[in-house]
Amino acid sequence: MTALRRIGTSLAAPALAVVVAVVITTLVILLIGQNPLTALQVLVDFGETPAQQTQAIVVILNRAVPLFLAGLAVSVAFRMGLFNIGVEGQYRMATVIAAGVGAAVVLPAPLHVLLIMVVAMAVGALWAGIVAVLKVTRGVSEVISSIMLNFIALGTASYLLTGPLRGSPEGAAIITTKEIPESGRFPAINGLFDVLGLAQPRGQLFGFLVVAVLVGIAVSVLLKRTRFGFDLRATGLSPSAATASGIDARRMVIKTMLISGAVAGLIGLPDLLGRTHSFGTEFTAGLGFLGIAVALLGRNSPIGIAFAALLFAFLDRAAVPLQFADIPASVVTIIQGTIVLSVVVANEIARQLTRRRAEHSTGQAAPPVQEPAGPAGTRIDARQEAGA
Amino acid sequence: MTKAAALLLAGSLALVACASDEKDSGAGSKGGSDGDLKIGLAFDTGGRGDQSFNDSAVAGVEKAIKDLGGKVQELSPNDDASNRAELLTQLAEAGYNPVIAVGFNYDDVIAEVAPQFPDTTFAQVDGSNADGKKGDNVTGLLFAEEQGSFLAGVAAALKTETNNVGFVGGVQSPLIEKFQAGFQAGAKAVKPDIQVQVQYLSPAGDFSGFGDPQKGKLVAQGMYQNGADIVFHAAGGSGKGVFEAAVEAGKRAIGVDSDQYLTASPDQQAVIMTSMLKRVDNAVENFIKAYAEGDVEGATDIVNDLSTGGVGLATSGGYIDDIADQIKDFEKKILDGDITVPTKP
Repeated sequence: MTALRRIGTSLAAPALAVVVAVVITTLVILLIGQNPLTALQVLVDFGETPAQQTQAIVVILNRAVPLFLAGLAVSVAFRMGLFNIGVEGQYRMATVIAAGVGAAVVLPAPLHVLLIMVVAMAVGALWAGIVAVLKVTRGVSEVISSIMLNFIALGTASYLLTGPLRGSPEGAAIITTKEIPESGRFPAINGLFDVLGLAQPRGQLFGFLVVAVLVGIAVSVLLKRTRFGFDLRATGLSPSAATASGIDARRMVIKTMLISGAVAGLIGLPDLLGRTHSFGTEFTAGLGFLGIAVALLGRNSPIGIAFAALLFAFLDRAAVPLQFADIPASVVTIIQGTIVLSVVVANEIARQLTRRRAEHSTGQAAPPVQEPAGPAGTRIDARQEAGA
Repeated sequence: MTKAAALLLAGSLALVACASDEKDSGAGSKGGSDGDLKIGLAFDTGGRGDQSFNDSAVAGVEKAIKDLGGKVQELSPNDDASNRAELLTQLAEAGYNPVIAVGFNYDDVIAEVAPQFPDTTFAQVDGSNADGKKGDNVTGLLFAEEQGSFLAGVAAALKTETNNVGFVGGVQSPLIEKFQAGFQAGAKAVKPDIQVQVQYLSPAGDFSGFGDPQKGKLVAQGMYQNGADIVFHAAGGSGKGVFEAAVEAGKRAIGVDSDQYLTASPDQQAVIMTSMLKRVDNAVENFIKAYAEGDVEGATDIVNDLSTGGVGLATSGGYIDDIADQIKDFEKKILDGDITVPTKP
């Protein structure tokens, strides 16, 4: 009975959020003088031919992979009550250095890819480690230091790109690192479509999808099935209680940030290893901030984040076809923003309802809340940061 | 939550499965200019309404449509511009021809997409394809920004009373460095001892410098405080901040790309001395007309410089009428080859 009720409340919140988001978006579309039904139709119309439809799926999955990794990176820290806003800088530094290393060495294929991944994770972890060390030794808020480190990362990555790691010829409009040779690229997994009996799309499905799934499983196991994961969640729920039960909070901060940073280091790799093969001035930026929104939407659970990433990617795909239908692509951003905001609000309402009901039925103090991700105040801040 | 998301997604996928396919198809008339023109226009970040080169490209397309008939489909990239390839592909797939990409950021993407659509004619504003590496069906529409900026430097040097001028670049990229190089060379050609302050709003790889009026204003304020009395900006949307700083300081500024005097507020019109024109509109219009007449070769660049009127100075407001002759002299020297304007600072 309680299990049923729990499922009921956990379903009610997102359902309410989606309804609110749909209503607000409908109003916005009406306000700009367009037909909301057309927009809805565009959202779900993947094209006429089978190849177009599978291509739409490729676009969605390719977009979802980095978003998922970004959300995962944010969520690991989140679960411990740490706010890693520095994911943006962590993946930028990781990608530029990994691209430089990948182009500089020659190795057999699997080792080459592995080396690039290890370098990226190490750089991401180190960059996040700075935040952790500052926090445990000097008490610097990780929010402040990670935001500041984003700017430093941006400048440093730019210096590395235009200086020592520059590979593009003088005068080329787009500055890039040297190309990673064939052996350092991640093969596409378009064979999947043949296996499933679907039409081959024109684009390539990132093979990194497999890595993302594995990383998701690994993080999930780590959080739920290990002593470390228990300590991490316990510290997130109540730092003082965790310390009292013998958990070294400082060590936990450092370990958590290193893991968060290592996952963040992977964000740029689907693109780097699967499509561009070099880091350049036009490399996709901003995924770290989107990751915050995705993590919030996914309520910090790996499966939730996977669905949140897919939902974001699904909406993003519509950006182009919406314009063909004369509806501004900003509609997508509005939907995404309202969904995240509504989910945050709905979560809070659901949380208080659960607590009130618990208090009511037992007549005792509230039990610990499930999966809180930092105080409510910081959650709202997160959205503002992401939107900034 | 997760279960709800699963349901939601399953629901939407189910909708997909039975999604109607009554969307109008444009794939029928592909290639060639036999029917009405269907022009595809893919913008750079900033999109329509930037009062800069995206808008200028629109103006060019509209002029061409006015003369030739036809229609245009405009597409803007998403916020992080990760879907550029999709923009070009979907335009080509839907039968739009020619497809015009605005901005050097399409360099890699157009090289990837164009070969997949050999029957479609592509053009890229600010992107070179002289070596044909992007495919035989891509034409580069280039501009000699350094020449126009040289004249802006000449005008600034002739007009400055403090012997001190400034340059605000949006993003420190090779393209914007062409503006800087030309401006510095022009200023020094008139007054060898002139001080030219140079500052960029963001480093290469960080495109925020093109859309940050606050920062543009701060930087320009600094330049005016350091003694500059004329600041030239090549900073896209951040230029609005430069104009604001000029108004507050009671100094002058030089606009870029389009005649910014025409779109400025009255108090800003008082300070916009001139604008370095980059006639993206003419280049786009001419390209479309050439396409309609079947004159597009592909795998070439069309360079728009002083000789073709592709770059130049705006005279709105009449602030530089008194030095028009001197500017003409320098223009002639460039055209005659007596002065070669550097493209790198």
